Amino acid sequence: MAAAGMGQQWVLVEMVQAFYEAPAYHLILEGILILWIIRLLFSKTYKLQERSDLTPKEKEELIEEWQPEPLVPPVPEDHPALNYNIVSGPPTHIITVNGKECINFASFNFLGLLDNEKVKSAAQASLKKYGVGTCGPRGFYGTFDVHLELEERLAKFMRTEEAIIYSYGFATIASAIPAYSKRGDIVFVDEAACFAIQKGLQASRSNIKLFKHNDMADLERLLKEQETEDQKNPRKARVTRRFIVVEGLYMNTGDVCPLPELIKLKYKYKVRIFLEESLSFGVLGEHGRGITEHFGINIDDIDLISANMENSLASIGGFCCGRSFIIDHQRLSGQGYCFSASLPPLLAAAAIEALNIMEDNPDIFQILRTKCERIHKALQGISGLKVVGESFSPALHLQLEESCGSRENDVKLLKRVVDYCMNSGIALTQARYLEKEEKCLPSPSIRVVVTVEQTEQELDKAALLLKEAAQSVLN
Amino acid sequence: MSLCPKLMITKLSLRPSLVVLIYRMMKSWVPKSPKDFVPLYQDFENFYNRNLYMRIRDSWNRPICSVPGAKVDMMERVSHDYNWTFTYTGRVIKDIINMGSYNYLGFAQKAGTCQEAAAKVLSQYGAGVCSTRQEMGNLDKHEELEKLVARFLGVESAMAYGMGFATNSMNIPALVGKGCLILSDELNHASLVLGARLSGATIRIFKHNNMQSLEKLLKDAIVHGQPRTRRPWKKILILVEGIYSMEGSIVRLPEVIALKKKYKSYLYLDEAHSIGALGPTGRGVVEYFGLSPEDVDVMMGTFTKSFGAAGGYIGGKKELIDYLRTYSHSAVYATSLSPPVVEQIITSMKCIMGEDGTTVGVNCLLYLRSLNTDLS
Repeated sequence: MAAAGMGQQWVLVEMVQAFYEAPAYHLILEGILILWIIRLLFSKTYKLQERSDLTPKEKEELIEEWQPEPLVPPVPEDHPALNYNIVSGPPTHIITVNGKECINFASFNFLGLLDNEKVKSAAQASLKKYGVGTCGPRGFYGTFDVHLELEERLAKFMRTEEAIIYSYGFATIASAIPAYSKRGDIVFVDEAACFAIQKGLQASRSNIKLFKHNDMADLERLLKEQETEDQKNPRKARVTRRFIVVEGLYMNTGDVCPLPELIKLKYKYKVRIFLEESLSFGVLGEHGRGITEHFGINIDDIDLISANMENSLASIGGFCCGRSFIIDHQRLSGQGYCFSASLPPLLAAAAIEALNIMEDNPDIFQILRTKCERIHKALQGISGLKVVGESFSPALHLQLEESCGSRENDVKLLKRVVDYCMNSGIALTQARYLEKEEKCLPSPSIRVVVTVEQTEQELDKAALLLKEAAQSVLN
Repeated sequence: MSLCPKLMITKLSLRPSLVVLIYRMMKSWVPKSPKDFVPLYQDFENFYNRNLYMRIRDSWNRPICSVPGAKVDMMERVSHDYNWTFTYTGRVIKDIINMGSYNYLGFAQKAGTCQEAAAKVLSQYGAGVCSTRQEMGNLDKHEELEKLVARFLGVESAMAYGMGFATNSMNIPALVGKGCLILSDELNHASLVLGARLSGATIRIFKHNNMQSLEKLLKDAIVHGQPRTRRPWKKILILVEGIYSMEGSIVRLPEVIALKKKYKSYLYLDEAHSIGALGPTGRGVVEYFGLSPEDVDVMMGTFTKSFGAAGGYIGGKKELIDYLRTYSHSAVYATSLSPPVVEQIITSMKCIMGEDGTTVGVNCLLYLRSLNTDLS
């Protein structure tokens, strides 16, 4: 081996010697050849003609001729979504809509906390201390002690490690999903997921797989297909994250998701679950902790719970809660958290007081559930309208039993029913959707919202009025 | 060796990070995910967060406990484990001069006309709204605000939204879609970038405030049409900001408007920082340059900075606002503005316009301008 080493050394010495002894032109030629080879290796084989051979005059003509579309197409004056109902005064139990006083069956004020005096005085105290706005995002002196307190209280209430607050309900889930799920990851989402979830998924650029609403067999089929795909390419499978996004109480259909089966699927196929609890927070469960309490599931089994504070808590904004390992990531990656001003302190104080009330009066949840069941029963059997939603869901839908042919006509018919009820003192609204943007557009419906403040007489009156309206308009 | 300073600083700052990089790569540690699950964060993605950001994390997210006015009280916090967790000592550091909050005109106050008006509306209306604009969330206060904003800006009509970030990310997709072209400045805010991405239109970036770059892109776009199919573009939207928050530069508005008119495109101006702060009467960058608001197709802004409240608005022609009232994502699916916040905006805007009978607003604007000239 020493001899071979010596031999190699000899060859090296000879090479260096030859290099010194070679004539100059030879070296220069070799150098040019090497540079040419390198250039050929790195240049494109065929330069595509990027520039067309248009003369400047032709370019001017093209620019002259081009006519853009108008910025926005004209909207007809009688478009149903153009003319809003004007509410004069607070949107509480008795609401003045378009000049008429009605009982409110349209605002998501489930626990009646919108005009609660304690909540208002807590907000007043905060207003006197902090003013209205925070004048900055969370990273740049927009973090107030009220925000930290609210996050702690929410985490304690939901029995998770940490919570994070957003200043807008829609932005909560729409920023949370893209923070974890990126291009190349796979998300299994229910067809009836709300628009905010759809926007979050669009922003994440992941592969979306829709499964039929609440159909666990369909979801399992998709998961099995994914498993067979993974076995073909295990290396890719090891880095592809998988998520299931479901809602606790669906806004579009009023159903609950079958959470126990989802947990089983989670551990069988190793997918993470993101739960959107905007409607079920403060409604389901013995203490209002949402669908996990309703089904008696350990909250650590759910990876992320997201909810907005605009329904039961009667404030503005949203929150996500879960393990610190998961939530802390959003403090740098949640777009709606990092790049936006924080929640005004008076709204955070209102939310804290609302939480206090929820913790001190756990019997309101049972009262709400009884009222929901009462109206659900009372609305059965209306000719022409069917009730869509669980019996304990406070946000029901009333859809037409038979469509009249086109969606436009259905919407007009339902508007007449709503107008009849409004003229007689019950404020209702149609569920609004963006028809061209929704992935799975739900049928037109009237939204009926139940709150704890409605008395039994009012509930019966509403049911009776809807029967009359359906009778006069639809028959 | 006369390398430009930026390059020098980048080179010098990379060297120690490289050392940290190699050291940490040899010593990477990940908190355990549940067994057999794909890790939620890839080592590489989370690298910056764990190793570089953690060391200087205490510079951000500092909690304060008073009005974000000229002087602010901060909560003292310490870390005993190199910034992984913080504990609050309970002490409050008082009267720190505040040069970090976006409180340009000083309307973030805990006493005064704005606060009193907001308190009155809060006791009357409550804090929340619990419904969307198209359903039962359109209060008379919102209509009043929108008329006032339209009058303030000098446009036909305006619409207000609950969050400034969401105003961009939800309305740009309503205005443009597939087959349209968006020309966006290099240093645009994350909300504009997100809105442009969600719309599905083609996005092209021009160099920051560089009119030659913008003109070249416009010319090429119209002459060559859409890539590959060569069909003409449906519309072209230019996204610029009034003041760029991270650089402090002001957009070259006269030149942008001249280009926009020459090439028949539409202009979307985001005045988050410039509304209320630029111009002799606080009407923003359009007034600063002495131009007409009719030249800007979509005037967007936020109420967070100069007005001391929260939310955003879009102003423009009546057809534009009618279209947004019908098709904006925010109007259909998101809750409307909270009433006391609306009242704060109305009071502060009237004050700036001088309609409250005092000269407080005018004085604030004059003072802000004099401070600017003193500093520069």
